[in-house]
Amino acid sequence: MMFSTLFRKLFRNGLAVVLLAVPMTALASSTVHLDRAPINVDDHESLQRGARTFTNYCLSCHAASYMRFVRMTDIGLTEAQIKDNLLFTTDKVGSLMTVAMRPNDAKDWFGAPPPDLSVISRARGADWLYTYLRGFYRDDTRASGWNNTVFDKVGMPHVLADLQGHQVAVMQSHIGADGKAHSVLERVELAKPGRLSPSEYDLVVGDLVNYLVWMGEPSAPTRNRTGIFVLLFLSVFLVIAFYMKKAFWKDIH
Amino acid sequence: MQNLLNWIDARFPLTASYKAHLSEYFAPKNFNFWYYFGSLALMVLVLQIVTGIFLTMHYKPDGAMAFASVEYIMRDVPLGWLIRYMHSTGASMFFVVIYLHMMRGLLYGSYRKPRELIWIFGMLIFLVLMGEAFMGYLLPWGQMSYWGAQVIINLFSAIPFIGEDISTLLRGDFVVGDATLNRFFALHVIALPLVLLGLVVAHLVALHEVGSNNPDGVEIKKHKDPVTHLPVDGIPFHPYYTVKDILGVVVFLIVFSAILFFAPEMGGYFLEANNFIPADPMKTPEHIAPVWYFTPYYAILRAVPPIFGSQFPGVVAMGVAVVIFFALPWLDRSPVKSIRYRGLNYKIALGLFVFAFVGLGILGILPATELYTWISRVLSVIYFAFFLLMPWYTKNDQALPEPDRVTFHSH
Amino acid sequence: MAINPSADPSKRRFLVAMSSAIGGIAAAGVAIPFVASMMPSARALAAGAPVEVDLSPVEPGMMLTVEWRGKPVWIVNRTPEMLAMLAKHDDRLVDAASEQTQQPAYAQNATRSIQPQYLVAVGICTHLGCSPTFRKEIAPADLGADWPGGFFCPCHGSRFDLAARVFDGSPAPTNLVIPPHHYMSATRILVGEDAKV
Repeated sequence: MMFSTLFRKLFRNGLAVVLLAVPMTALASSTVHLDRAPINVDDHESLQRGARTFTNYCLSCHAASYMRFVRMTDIGLTEAQIKDNLLFTTDKVGSLMTVAMRPNDAKDWFGAPPPDLSVISRARGADWLYTYLRGFYRDDTRASGWNNTVFDKVGMPHVLADLQGHQVAVMQSHIGADGKAHSVLERVELAKPGRLSPSEYDLVVGDLVNYLVWMGEPSAPTRNRTGIFVLLFLSVFLVIAFYMKKAFWKDIH
Repeated sequence: MQNLLNWIDARFPLTASYKAHLSEYFAPKNFNFWYYFGSLALMVLVLQIVTGIFLTMHYKPDGAMAFASVEYIMRDVPLGWLIRYMHSTGASMFFVVIYLHMMRGLLYGSYRKPRELIWIFGMLIFLVLMGEAFMGYLLPWGQMSYWGAQVIINLFSAIPFIGEDISTLLRGDFVVGDATLNRFFALHVIALPLVLLGLVVAHLVALHEVGSNNPDGVEIKKHKDPVTHLPVDGIPFHPYYTVKDILGVVVFLIVFSAILFFAPEMGGYFLEANNFIPADPMKTPEHIAPVWYFTPYYAILRAVPPIFGSQFPGVVAMGVAVVIFFALPWLDRSPVKSIRYRGLNYKIALGLFVFAFVGLGILGILPATELYTWISRVLSVIYFAFFLLMPWYTKNDQALPEPDRVTFHSH
Repeated sequence: MAINPSADPSKRRFLVAMSSAIGGIAAAGVAIPFVASMMPSARALAAGAPVEVDLSPVEPGMMLTVEWRGKPVWIVNRTPEMLAMLAKHDDRLVDAASEQTQQPAYAQNATRSIQPQYLVAVGICTHLGCSPTFRKEIAPADLGADWPGGFFCPCHGSRFDLAARVFDGSPAPTNLVIPPHHYMSATRILVGEDAKV
């Protein structure tokens, strides 16, 4: 496992940068600072905690319609555990994670249908999700009463507010390029504490994002393990191919 | 066994083909690093065809189901993720290999007489491959797939008078839609692969007719053994180049597997983040860039300013930038083929061209700012100057004398 | 010629043999994902998952059809009269004692079931795959005076009794299949899975 983590790091951060100057995701994102999400898809306990938060809080509005409940056996849960703790009564363990909410109703309530979360981590990136889920603050100008530091005018209300509490914006006046003063969001601060302390809340969100990353590509742990084996095999092949080439090319003068 | 072989040989040239193309195909003995990419391209082609066949067993070319069917392959099909990643990594690696293969041609003058047709077949392969990649990219039906296709097809609208009609004809709808997806699927899995295979055969037949060039750019057929009438600097492809190419294949597979198993998205270059959002005709992503292998041409497109509000000149420039490669055999007036014996003119010109090509590739990914657009313009001028000034600077080049025979240091 | 075959041939033979072996392993390894991808997917497995059936709504003498792995599975609540009929026509059956393995071991008995009352059978004719119809009436005009009640296949006229055993002279060669199943409680069964040991 240590090797695969090493390889992953090497390629994600090293090779991609060397070969192609700068990763695409860095180009796409704007100037907003993102906090680094604590991701480790080999940590089954964290994934199981994240799965519970996911089914309790997210799955009532968001579907993950490419993902089957039964896949959670990969992160150490038994089918019975999935059935007892995570399933809604009507679902079977083999079912997809769909929701009953009709897209049109959702559009009326939130302005846009809640996106499917199956591959959200691959579209948004773990750091964005981690920052987003911790970045809700009160904003009375919004219909939902909430706004977000990384997603301005977000339609989604702060579902985890009872855990995190209420954050409020601290604005600062800035002179813009047009010479006028603009009120700019400087930071948020906790005005009304929730059931969890900020550090406890960060752990909950960290587990949730970890789960979302795992769910984005449940085959990733297998992929990394297989990769180690394939590369070892090919290195043996390399040695033999090298000596075979050398043995034949002795003929050539 | 021998009897069976005789029986076949009386009816089909099996042994004769084996001799003509492998055991008695004489290739120059001085091939270097740059000569691995031809056989690698062939291998990647086979890989793409085989993985493609298995993907079509599960993929659904329907606007309502395409995105989900790709995720179905990634999750529900046993080891489907591996096949899909082989195909997506293979697509990008195909272009890596092909660009390096073309670079070899530029370095050693492989397009020069008598190999003009090999070069033309090769360029046709490159064109079809671009079409193949473009259509294949629509199939996952993500946001980048959708808007990439929308933008590229709209380029045809820039053609005066008939442009709009051509775009509509290509799409089969007024925007990219289900009809477009369905026809791109047909072209991607049937039409273009067939054309591609035919062109590859033509490319190889032409190559084996005239024989391979080499890093010295001198013809090995000039010096034949008086007794055997075989080229003295030639060696049978099999076993010498088969064992060498096997080594190349293994090295390639190590790089390929490292990407496939540890970074299949390749930092967003091989699989883009926005393509994990299903196609939405109502919402354009903030930043659209084509996949990395198209970006040099995309940068040229953006670099050309519109004339009378028409994008047409940019579209023409982009088309010419690709097609101009066909003219290389007739633009090059140097007395020698290989860069080893060319003068400073060509070395500088090629250096600038590679710089411009890579530079345009990077700029094509970045958002267009005023500064970047100006840099793109300068690089585009260098790109075209490489070709258009070639007759002049190659003719007036201080070429070194070519050796009589190939240079080779035995190991 | 530039070639001067010198080096030691046994070393080459060894290296070629090694490469061929490892290349063969590589080829076999590459074949794995392609073969695996043709096996039933997670979707097919989910659709083919065991089906829970509540027996309480099935009245005596009635049949319920449920779907399991895309096939119809019959659940018949046999009345005592029906059960009594079963033993009376053994001489006209192909395999009265269910000796062929068309059923799990726990259903190889006179009634081909776990509890005599309930027949659980895959409703697919063993001839060419049609689904026979349930004909519980005794001696109807179209099926003849000796019809004891059972299943009749409309495609090619195969006849089965109420234990899904095939009658002599039918095109179907064997009895209908009894799927793996077990009782989760007195009135609930799970079709598709043997009882856990």
